[in-house]
Amino acid sequence: MAAPAPPRPLARTVHSAPRRPSRRRGRTRLELALLLGPALVLFAGFVLVPIGIAVYYSLYSWNGFGPLTDFVGFQNYADAFGGAVFRGAIAHNVVIAVLSIVVQLPLSIGIALLLDRKLKGRTFLRMVVFAPYVLSEAITAVIWLLMLQPNGFVDELLRGVGLGGLVHQWLADPGIVLYTLFVVMTWKYLGFGIILLLAGLQGVPPELREAAALDGATAWQTTRHVVLPLLGPTIRIWVFLSVIGSLQLFDLVWIMTLGGPANASTTMASYLVDHGFKRYEFGFGSAVAVVLFAVCFVFALLYQRFALRRDTAGALTRVVG
Amino acid sequence: MRPSRRFPLAALVAAAALVLSACGGGGDEGPAAASGPVTLTWWHNGTAEPVRSLWQQVADDYHKAHPDVSFTVQPIQNEEFPTKVPLALQSNTPPDLYQQWGGGDEASQVESGRVADLTSSVQSWIGSVGPTAQGWQVGGKQYGVPYVQHVVGFWYRKDLFAQAGITAPPTTMADFNAAIGKLKAAGIAPIALGGKDRWPDAFYYDYFAVRACSAQVLKDEITAVKLQNPCWVKAGQDLQGFLATQPFQTGFNGTPAQQGAGSSAGLVANGKAAMELQGDWDPSTMSSLTDDKDLDSKLGWFPFPSVPGGTGDPAVLLGGGDGFSCTTRAAAACAGFLQYLTSTPVQQKIAEAGSGLPVNADAVASLKSESLKAVAEQTRKASYVQMYFDRAFPTAVGQALNDAVANLFAGQGNPEAVVQAVNQAATGNK
Repeated sequence: MAAPAPPRPLARTVHSAPRRPSRRRGRTRLELALLLGPALVLFAGFVLVPIGIAVYYSLYSWNGFGPLTDFVGFQNYADAFGGAVFRGAIAHNVVIAVLSIVVQLPLSIGIALLLDRKLKGRTFLRMVVFAPYVLSEAITAVIWLLMLQPNGFVDELLRGVGLGGLVHQWLADPGIVLYTLFVVMTWKYLGFGIILLLAGLQGVPPELREAAALDGATAWQTTRHVVLPLLGPTIRIWVFLSVIGSLQLFDLVWIMTLGGPANASTTMASYLVDHGFKRYEFGFGSAVAVVLFAVCFVFALLYQRFALRRDTAGALTRVVG
Repeated sequence: MRPSRRFPLAALVAAAALVLSACGGGGDEGPAAASGPVTLTWWHNGTAEPVRSLWQQVADDYHKAHPDVSFTVQPIQNEEFPTKVPLALQSNTPPDLYQQWGGGDEASQVESGRVADLTSSVQSWIGSVGPTAQGWQVGGKQYGVPYVQHVVGFWYRKDLFAQAGITAPPTTMADFNAAIGKLKAAGIAPIALGGKDRWPDAFYYDYFAVRACSAQVLKDEITAVKLQNPCWVKAGQDLQGFLATQPFQTGFNGTPAQQGAGSSAGLVANGKAAMELQGDWDPSTMSSLTDDKDLDSKLGWFPFPSVPGGTGDPAVLLGGGDGFSCTTRAAAACAGFLQYLTSTPVQQKIAEAGSGLPVNADAVASLKSESLKAVAEQTRKASYVQMYFDRAFPTAVGQALNDAVANLFAGQGNPEAVVQAVNQAATGNK
């Protein structure tokens, strides 16, 4: 069905507003400098400068001690991409990101739709679902590390309910360790996605559902054609956060597996810390950090440009002056 | 209106100036005079009792005897040192005295130019520390002093050995394999291994190499960071052969070494496995992971068995130690304190506290358990104590070795790949 043409965005009309007198503009600039200045100084000092320093370090072979003398150009980058372990790490990050979208997203939407209904104990269920998100990653990792030990809680539980055949070496088998970590991640972050989606569902006007019901739409049709499209902005933000989070995955891996066994669960971030801090390869570690940053940055830019464009159109403000 | 608008700007400028000046001026404490009162900032890893109190006591006692020297003692988590020390050595205010494990890490830290060369100041007394002190030398110069030494061997439960019908600790590989067979037959996991942490895996490769290679080859090729002798490959083959007998508990590749009852140390402590190849610190680690108050009496120790076909002396042991390095600001006062740490009365206290084997032989009698005394005795008889390879090599090389060995344990890679990993990492290749 054809939607009515949206009203022209407000920003357009601002363009044609008469320019303000220059005295006021001068004062506006002073105000801007005053209000933005400190934030910009902090941002430059704690965000931009460190990134610049990392790029600079990445061009040297440097163990963290003494002056930077051993300039190697892009050799560190070549070494990183030339090594099977780092390429494997990138692949693991991609697997986690894809699994998140394919598994966590439908699961989150399903549970969110369920919890959006009027059912008994809804508040309690919402709390239970959200609880894991409150725990820090470190605590989550330690809890699951203990539960996933051979003959630990998970194995005993499986045997107890007659699923003993499913018992695996959850963290010791290179073939499944990455998926084990993904399950733990899902356990931890599902609640966050659900809360986000529930908030999005609040924004679905009940009138639309009523109208759909009057038109004779089934529950599925209403969900598919009314609710999900209106959840679009929330889903797009969730995907953004989820992919960035997957690319930066570190804490769970470091505490539960140290990237092992046999590098089967190494991620870009765990590889970075392993080489930078455990091996005193600060130049090489910086190169890996720059790669990780570039991947996240490029993804963020492209995603904002293409996927989030509609969502952010009204939020972006024209530069003053 | 106007003044009230200006005010925030003025305040802001003032605040910014304050912050900037504070940042700029913070680092410069100025060099302390060679003599006169000095306060040593001491970073040690004794965050747990009884070591924490012991070190505080030692500092207080030393201050009483030397009023010119006072201390700011900072216990820091063991795992934090690898990140804190490099950063501190880059800053203007490194600690004056900090935890040092010698070997490749120390060699890297020396490059900062802030670690004090203690060679001349320790000359008169370093002999009392024994040959262990060599591990804290870089290029023939002493950059740190160990206060305890460590030795790796098999800790075993006498009760489980008896239950499996093993009458004496094995001394040869054949005995050892037979013992493993008996334990399996009795339904007991023979050996616990914390493979998640990788360094326990490396103990096995290290020991097979120590048995396959002569002490001279070990010294020469590890110092040169170039493994050429075929014995290094033989070590890997011996290890693979041993792995094929499946001597470890289920899921050893994902098991942590020292944390929790499910760790390898916890498994032995709770009677779920019979042995663990670990350092002399293992009994104290185990006692914190079990309710068993009689654990010490159930534990025994035997060295890594002899392996057929190698040129290594079966009396060579693998080990290391804990020590301290001084930075240059107050090196003289710091060296004086290190001498105190290695003196017999302090060494006796260290031995009583159970934090390791005293480097000073006169303090061995103060060790708290019979098994530890036996380890110290064995250590004294050792023809040579090889430092763990991951410490003896430059850091990046040591980690590459641990990785390659961990791959072997996970059923990937091969003996040649271990040697190759070391030689490649030595040339800076990833």
